Amino acid sequence: MPPPPDKRPSREASRRAALFSEPLENPLDAGLTAHLVEFGEELRGEGVALGTSELLDAFSALPEVAWDEPTLFRETLATTLAKSPEDRAIFDLVFERFFFRATELAALTTGIGEAGSGDGEGNSEIDIDALREQIARAIAERNEGAMRDLARLAIAAFAQPGEGSGVLGVDVQRIRRSLELRTDPQGDMPQDDPRAEGLPRDGIRRFEQLLRQELERQQIERTEALPAARPLHELDRALPSGPLQDLASVHRVVTQLKRRLKTQGQEHRGHRRHAHVDIRRTMRASLQTGGVPITLRYRPVRPRRPELFVICDVSTSVTSASVFFLSVMHALHDSFRKMRSFVFIERVSEVTEVFERERDFKAVSEAIARDAGVADISGYTDYGRVWGELLEQIQDELHPRATVIVLGDARTNGRAPGADLFAQIAARAGRTYWLNPEPRLYWNYGDSVIDSYAQYCEAYECWTTAQLENFVKVLTAPEATRP
Amino acid sequence: MPTTPERPDEVESGLIDVGYLPDEATALVAFLAIKLGKPILVEGPAGVGKTQLAKSLADTLGRELVRLQCYEGLDEAKALYEWNYRKQLLRIQAEAQDTGWTEVQDDIFGEDFLLERPLMTAIASPDPVVLLIDEIDKTDQEFEAMLLELLSDFQISIPELGRIEASTMPLVLLTSNNSRELTEALKRRCLYLWIDYPSLEHELQIVRLHAPELDEKIARRLVEVVAMVRDLDLKKPPSIAESIDWARALLLLGATDIDTKTFNDTMSIIVKHRTDIDIVAERVGVKLGGAEDGVSAASS
Repeated sequence: MPPPPDKRPSREASRRAALFSEPLENPLDAGLTAHLVEFGEELRGEGVALGTSELLDAFSALPEVAWDEPTLFRETLATTLAKSPEDRAIFDLVFERFFFRATELAALTTGIGEAGSGDGEGNSEIDIDALREQIARAIAERNEGAMRDLARLAIAAFAQPGEGSGVLGVDVQRIRRSLELRTDPQGDMPQDDPRAEGLPRDGIRRFEQLLRQELERQQIERTEALPAARPLHELDRALPSGPLQDLASVHRVVTQLKRRLKTQGQEHRGHRRHAHVDIRRTMRASLQTGGVPITLRYRPVRPRRPELFVICDVSTSVTSASVFFLSVMHALHDSFRKMRSFVFIERVSEVTEVFERERDFKAVSEAIARDAGVADISGYTDYGRVWGELLEQIQDELHPRATVIVLGDARTNGRAPGADLFAQIAARAGRTYWLNPEPRLYWNYGDSVIDSYAQYCEAYECWTTAQLENFVKVLTAPEATRP
Repeated sequence: MPTTPERPDEVESGLIDVGYLPDEATALVAFLAIKLGKPILVEGPAGVGKTQLAKSLADTLGRELVRLQCYEGLDEAKALYEWNYRKQLLRIQAEAQDTGWTEVQDDIFGEDFLLERPLMTAIASPDPVVLLIDEIDKTDQEFEAMLLELLSDFQISIPELGRIEASTMPLVLLTSNNSRELTEALKRRCLYLWIDYPSLEHELQIVRLHAPELDEKIARRLVEVVAMVRDLDLKKPPSIAESIDWARALLLLGATDIDTKTFNDTMSIIVKHRTDIDIVAERVGVKLGGAEDGVSAASS
């Protein structure tokens, strides 16, 4: 069994005392106020729309609670500052980072070190197997306190001081691998062991965060300086990706999108006064005034409903994104009268009928996986061939009022991009868009050839739901307001 | 007897007394709303007890609950006040021929001829009330804008009568299913509370509170199954109220364990869509059978 965790609470308490060294009688002293404003500033930096009134609310709320209780303090700030689930997620990340740094800084300046930390505990004292089991159990039970303590033990066991890679993320992953924390069931474990059924993903994630925090703490203690502040990892806020449980959140986004698509363009209707007079409705209205047409009725200005051709990459390199894109296609089918959908990997295959027949998204994705037959030999994307086939299939139907949307990462696996064929498609269609599920940072690295396509179309990065919504706005905007 | 709590845990224990088990954040936000006199914007998936929170708060605070159910096309006449045209008309007809215009006008635009709608009722009430504006995301943006005056100043302007100010501070809750982005201006005026499905332990407590006779073992199994069902991609995941209903149904049936048969028989209580039923039967029903070692051993 590992030795009992050392005296953490006292250290935590002394840290807190160092941070809030002012007497508690006057909680809103200048020090904390400045801290909070700084915190708000950091939230704004991460894109949370935070007004002065929200900060004022936070200040007026704090005296009402016993705010030396961590969760109360945190929840009070959250309820006044973060006003949507997305903002809340960012709030949690920033909160953790900000106050962790603030505490560490205070500990540094007041010179509170940790007696006998890190190298004091030799590897020989720790039974690695027992440690693995304990960690697995703590993760399965989501026992926050135990996870925190065990994270320290794990670092002591696996990370030899001085031998760290210098990059925290690498160290975290190395320790995680050494601990053999996996989500898949491990059948060879005994029945009562939580690992036999696989560990919960969010639990492991949390444990990784704690590992990271502990490593950072040790680093700060070693170097006696705070590392440079960095903005949040962008991918923390990326599209919900991955297995089934996230699909539900994709659907929530898409249902919202549908609603918005329906009401989109409403605000434009009122502004355009050149509309045609609707004779029928004018005559009917004139009955009230004895047949004299006093009030003119206009034909409503319909929002633009372009004819759409949507082409979606479903190869493995964009798996998580294509689930999302497929459900978007599904949603679009309800909102656009004329739309044809294609999926491709090596070859292209039309799936319009599948979308029209099946109302249920799950059935759609199953049918596509079963019937589309888009992977020919290798299962790698072949853009050149896809453009050729596509051009053959749709060139007669392309016309200046048609819109072509391509969803894909433009990674050719070294094959010919066929940009000239793509240019022909783009030339025949009125508008061509490319949605790339990769952040702009990765474009044109490796086998990505997005630039050779981007000269013929408008390319957008699309890996958050906000970006997707933006795109839908562009798509449905009436002709006149487009640049 | 109306009371004002002094600490967040007082709100919490008060809510528990009336049968609502809040998590820490919920109790805290409710407490802050009472203290600061700010409205709460409650968001979360359907069926996590957003509306129930308002009812329970009204119960525990000893206040009356005034409820405004929002829908598309809700307008001021339905939400604020309306002149009682018929009564006004009758009044004018009953008037003698030679009464002057000003007298009639003064007369028919008086409070006697005003029909109070929920928002007005909440503002004008002599005792503090709990005002629940349910599903605010169903209304149009215009209505939201109209609410702003009410929510920040607790007053209503009626052209013919002047301004009506709240004599007491109502506790306002707005609920939303997040089907439409609410305006920044509205969010700015509110405290924000996100209620998600409760954790396993928390839901177990809730079920035990509402069906105390149910065996602890079955109750635990029940919430585990419900959590499993919620993880699936369903049209309508089961709400907390449905977990409670299911617990009561099992109690009535005298079930001793949740195995595949009991589950298939009673599934319709928590799953209410045909396609959902198929998915759940396929995914969860099978799992239950597999977990029941005794059953599978007996049948083989």
